[in-house]
Amino acid sequence: MSATVITVTSGKGGVGKTTTTANLAVALAAGGQKVVCIDGDIGLRNLDVILGLENRIVYDLVDVVEGRCRLKQAMIRDKRLQELYLIPAAQTRDKNAVSPSDMVRLTDDLREEFDWILIDSPAGIERGFRNSVAPADTVLVVTNPEVSAVRDADRIIGLIESEEKGPAKLILNRVNQEMVKRGDMLTPADVLELLAVELIGIVPEDDHVIMSSNRGQPVALDPKTRAGTAFHHIARRLKGEDVPFMNLEVKEDIFQKLSRLIRPGGN
Amino acid sequence: MADWLAWLAGKKTTKSAGAAKDRLKLVLINDRTDLTPAELESMKNELLLVISRYIEIDSNAVRIDMTQEGRQQRLLADIPIRAASRRTR
Repeated sequence: MSATVITVTSGKGGVGKTTTTANLAVALAAGGQKVVCIDGDIGLRNLDVILGLENRIVYDLVDVVEGRCRLKQAMIRDKRLQELYLIPAAQTRDKNAVSPSDMVRLTDDLREEFDWILIDSPAGIERGFRNSVAPADTVLVVTNPEVSAVRDADRIIGLIESEEKGPAKLILNRVNQEMVKRGDMLTPADVLELLAVELIGIVPEDDHVIMSSNRGQPVALDPKTRAGTAFHHIARRLKGEDVPFMNLEVKEDIFQKLSRLIRPGGN
Repeated sequence: MADWLAWLAGKKTTKSAGAAKDRLKLVLINDRTDLTPAELESMKNELLLVISRYIEIDSNAVRIDMTQEGRQQRLLADIPIRAASRRTR
């Protein structure tokens, strides 16, 4: 077994990196893959709460790097899925406690035992980003259809190219189809045209994402939800499957239907 | 529903996504080339100045644009030249 290292990054904060990492990990593990995810956001850890594993932390990434524990001791095993593990970030240290070469060494030690190693990068373009990208085989950039998020995604895609970790693949998160339909949100096609990268997933805005993070139960544990389905699709695309992009259309009400019939192409 | 009512009332709804796309196009050009709009403008002016030292150009019809091809930026200049025979001097 030799794992593929996937780093999830974004440039801008708050676009859904941690949610994406947690849900891709869940979706891959639910498909029988052996997965470990690493929280690369030292000082501001969050992957543990999104996965609902915050009460089981004993050791963290910095403890491993500084030799205070063995790698195995810092790996928290998820009880819901057989082969899902988390290596949490340290909460009371800063990003300089870990170097890019530490991350390469750590992932090299994990590669033999896993199918997938997912790294949740911190926002920004500094040390934490470079730490997270250094061991990556593939970098996923998460963005929202919103000016600041798209701009920062463009910047980060350029940096990924200059670190020779490209081409990055794009996840467009929190797409509100009703707003897209009335012309008040950038369409996936708009964002792809602007950023000129390969798309690997579109995740619709879905209340279930927050409801499930409230409970520490990532939305991908329930593949019936729209966001959950989207993350399962991305996981399958990572495995090399050709999965068509899902239809994000929300149900139209009768008036919307009518106005579309009377005025075709008018929207 | 609200859309339909607005449509019925004959109100023109402004589409903000178009504004987002247009603004982003320019911002991304500036970010990728590390040129401010003012620098880009003065570069264009200098270019034209140098060219017109050698040949007479139709400055009203000049077009210099930054275009995007994939993730590559390209500076495209379309500079019509006045025929020598029509030159006044």
